[in-house]
Amino acid sequence: MARPPSRRPGHNRKAQYSLFASYVVAVTGAAIGLLLVIVAIFDPTGFAGIRAVTAEVTRPVSAGLKNMVSGVSSVDEVLAAYWRAGSQNVALRRQVEADRNRIIEAKAVAQENARLKKLLKLVDEDASQLLTARLISSSSSSARRFARLNAGRWQGVLPGMPVRATEGLIGRVHSTTPNTSDVLLLTDTGSIVPVRRASDNIPAISTGAGDGSLEIRALSAGRNPFKPGDLLVTSGIGGIYQPNIPVAVIVRVQGEIAWGFPLANPSRVDAVVVERAYEQVVTRPDPAAPAPTQGAEPGNAATP
Amino acid sequence: MIDRHLYHVPRLGRNPSRFRLAGIPVITVMLGSTVTALPLIAQSPVMPPFGLLILLSWRLLRPELWRAWIGLPLGLFDDMLSGQPIGSAMFLWTVMLMGVDAIEHRMIWRSYRQDWLIAGFAIIFCMAGGLFFARITGGGDVRFLLVAPQMFWTILLFPLVVRQCARIDRWRVMA
Repeated sequence: MARPPSRRPGHNRKAQYSLFASYVVAVTGAAIGLLLVIVAIFDPTGFAGIRAVTAEVTRPVSAGLKNMVSGVSSVDEVLAAYWRAGSQNVALRRQVEADRNRIIEAKAVAQENARLKKLLKLVDEDASQLLTARLISSSSSSARRFARLNAGRWQGVLPGMPVRATEGLIGRVHSTTPNTSDVLLLTDTGSIVPVRRASDNIPAISTGAGDGSLEIRALSAGRNPFKPGDLLVTSGIGGIYQPNIPVAVIVRVQGEIAWGFPLANPSRVDAVVVERAYEQVVTRPDPAAPAPTQGAEPGNAATP
Repeated sequence: MIDRHLYHVPRLGRNPSRFRLAGIPVITVMLGSTVTALPLIAQSPVMPPFGLLILLSWRLLRPELWRAWIGLPLGLFDDMLSGQPIGSAMFLWTVMLMGVDAIEHRMIWRSYRQDWLIAGFAIIFCMAGGLFFARITGGGDVRFLLVAPQMFWTILLFPLVVRQCARIDRWRVMA
């Protein structure tokens, strides 16, 4: 194909001006775009309000499609379950027998726990759950990991609220529109969660790697205390996330860093729970001297 | 008076509507950007940026269709859906279109292979730029390897997309 002729307007003044003006508009617009990105460096959710239009328009479509495919997405799991069904059945039955005793023990412990808390006069209000909704779409073409939730400002969702499934933590609300909200997933590279090992209390920081895995760094000095198979739960330090939400299991240890996988897979969970941001309560708050509570401000969506 | 049944039959001496001529390319690019509304919760960047692919296809198929500023409104629409910071695709797509203009100006002969090469460079530019913008706007330490597979199959997907655009184009200009 030869060079297209239309780019050189020749001696036609009007065409020359029109071409020039188009480049002026393009360069100005590109500069404005760059300026918007620079604004986003300092205020990541600043212009996110513009997204409300598209988010609201695409919401019914995404939600409808999600309802259709939610059964299909677990087909492979159902098929895999048929593989060695007999031996699996026996193993599971033994497991249930073993777990039954543990459940009874756990119930006793919970009862004892409640009694002790009463003795300590520690008020443990469990009004943390706000609502249950579905994740309907995600930023599948971007390097960031956002998922769109089918509930927004009008349902009471605020930026900063933690989002979890029954299996574990999903992430936290990043920005909201009237009927949808963007959830910053646990695996996003900007998502930082304070965690601790479930068996003992070794604290660590979990950062997303962007590819579905988590980078976990222990806060203690010395050699890496983690080993494959360790379970991590949120520690509740710094607010936002309730303590003891399951987060990840460690699969690989590499020098200072341990790599983990989230326990809750956002593409598999059916519904997620939005919780109110958690505030650390100092036990037995004295009315005379109000205890300082830290973190948990709803607007701290920015993560360095 | 033309028979009603002949309205959709191509005939000599009739022109397609202006909406079809100017609107269809814009609508296809916007539909490409809307692919992220599919109910797929991705754990890593896997989906090729279809909006960018379709924009490039139209630009290389029909150089006279758009001026470079078309990257602004279409880029803004893509930003609203993609999860990138607002302004990212606005900037990258417009700069990319101006770059294609400059390359086209210098090339004397251009065929399908050169088109693919140009598209490849444009895709690498836009996705690397998008990664950089994601990193500076709170994305933390995003590694380049993370988007490399996505980049690879986006470039491989270009021939297919350009063919579909050509098919739509044949229908578009047919009266």
